[in-house]
Amino acid sequence: MIVETKSAHFDSIALEGGGTLAPVEVAYETYGELNHARSNAILITHAFTGDAHAAGVAHDSGKPGWWDNMIGPGKAFDTDRYFVICSNVLGGCQGTTGPSSVNPATGRPYGLAFPVITIRDMVRLQKMLIDELGVGRLLCVAGGSMGGMQALEWAVSYPDAVRCVIPIATTWRHSAQQIAFNEVGRQSIMADPDWNQGEYYDTKPPARGLAVARMVGHITYMSDESMREKFGRKLREKEKFGFDFGVDFEVESYLRYRGNQFVGRFDANSYLYITKAEDYFDLTNGTGRLADAFRPVDTRFLVISFTSDWLYPSYQAQEIVRVLRRMNGDVAYCDLQSNYGHDAFLVDVAEQTELVRGFLDSTARIAVAA
Amino acid sequence: MHQGIHPVTLTRRPDFYVIGEIIPPGSRVLDLGCGEGELLAWLAEHKNVMARGVEISGTQVRKAIARGVSAYQGDIDEGLADYPDKAFDYVILSQTLQETRSPLHVLQEMLRVGRRAIVSFPNFGHWRVRAAMLFNGQAPKTDLFPYDWYNSPNIHFLAINDFEDLCREHGFPIEKRYFLAGSTRITVLPNLLGQTAVFLLG
Repeated sequence: MIVETKSAHFDSIALEGGGTLAPVEVAYETYGELNHARSNAILITHAFTGDAHAAGVAHDSGKPGWWDNMIGPGKAFDTDRYFVICSNVLGGCQGTTGPSSVNPATGRPYGLAFPVITIRDMVRLQKMLIDELGVGRLLCVAGGSMGGMQALEWAVSYPDAVRCVIPIATTWRHSAQQIAFNEVGRQSIMADPDWNQGEYYDTKPPARGLAVARMVGHITYMSDESMREKFGRKLREKEKFGFDFGVDFEVESYLRYRGNQFVGRFDANSYLYITKAEDYFDLTNGTGRLADAFRPVDTRFLVISFTSDWLYPSYQAQEIVRVLRRMNGDVAYCDLQSNYGHDAFLVDVAEQTELVRGFLDSTARIAVAA
Repeated sequence: MHQGIHPVTLTRRPDFYVIGEIIPPGSRVLDLGCGEGELLAWLAEHKNVMARGVEISGTQVRKAIARGVSAYQGDIDEGLADYPDKAFDYVILSQTLQETRSPLHVLQEMLRVGRRAIVSFPNFGHWRVRAAMLFNGQAPKTDLFPYDWYNSPNIHFLAINDFEDLCREHGFPIEKRYFLAGSTRITVLPNLLGQTAVFLLG
């Protein structure tokens, strides 16, 4: 499946923090065909450092999509049956308007002049795209981590526009620990002198700060068990310790490599804006009363968590499930067994596929019968 | 290639068949310990019920969800507390009463959360169980109680008459009783001859 990223343009978008962003561009990809009844569309919402290229092989780079193991012919999101859409989030740096985009008022990149955006703003832009594509009522919105937050926000903001929602490895609001990890990442970037208050597009990006932020991120995405299996205490191309501060261990080499690789594909300012949006996200708008967030609607929910995910622990998913159950909502929930930590929704997909495929199939059949 | 939901028949579990007959179309149904969701899937398809399930086993709840059943992974003993009164028309506890930690509490909660409760269980008073105990002098292993003593999910053992006594003592109104030997309905000497009991309370 060779795919090309497309682009949609809008005059402006009103933002939750006040003000508007004008104009706005959205990068997106689609897979499969929209059916005659316009009833088979699924929106995939990507996680923090994801992008629109969710599946297939990119036409220009040859790289596979970030969820290629879940989206495609015969896969969990079966492109033989469904029309699957994925767009880059507002504030991102892979084709959608973000801090690295040109500010029409100045002719230069926004930098920190870019407004602080929220998950709700990301979802509002997705709704504009869906309406533009003429899709009708979405069969499903699905995503993991930050994508799960967007899926939940869809259920709350546009409950009549979506039949079912699949939030995976996610939460209804960040805990102190989750905010803390994001703050470390932000501080790392802002402490790098090259960041220069976000004005680095003419000079050089804060590569060292961004790389370190990414290193911390990678640790949070794995589990103690998965790191032990992958690296243990193996030395990197050495027999003995070097007695210096170069690379001794495999895990050090891995983190350095991943950190440096990240700098080539992600904008440091986007990191700031997107983590901020994650931290601001609260399905209850500050009340803490989750029951008030969900209106009694017939939206079906499939909530998934993973046992070794300590970054987005299962109790957060269970809080959502409990509230939905009390409202007699239509909710299915499974805490999948995995050793892969938060990364599981990306890499450990066999059981996830079984759940998603069956859930989508039954939702589609209920939709047809209705 | 896996096609999705397989059509389900209820012949594998005789108590499912009885339960399927009891429940009227369009009911709101909660199945506690729903396993792989076969009963709920059948009820949704044939009786157009609003079906919800709870199941503690990850493997089984996954299969239930893959069938299209709205099942969630959780504990029966704790899970009922979250539901408001009379949230369901029928709450089902099939072949699971003997596995719950607090059967009395579960029964009381079932009758709070549901207008009616349906309970099925294997009869420990069946003559085969009595014979095994009497002649072997060891923990009975029969078709109905096939587990080794050290490897059994059953933590309580009750006969039909035990359940009748419990309902009388705690004021659980018994609306109907069904006794099965295999898949055959029996009415004579149920405590001795019945293998599976299905009670409709409420």
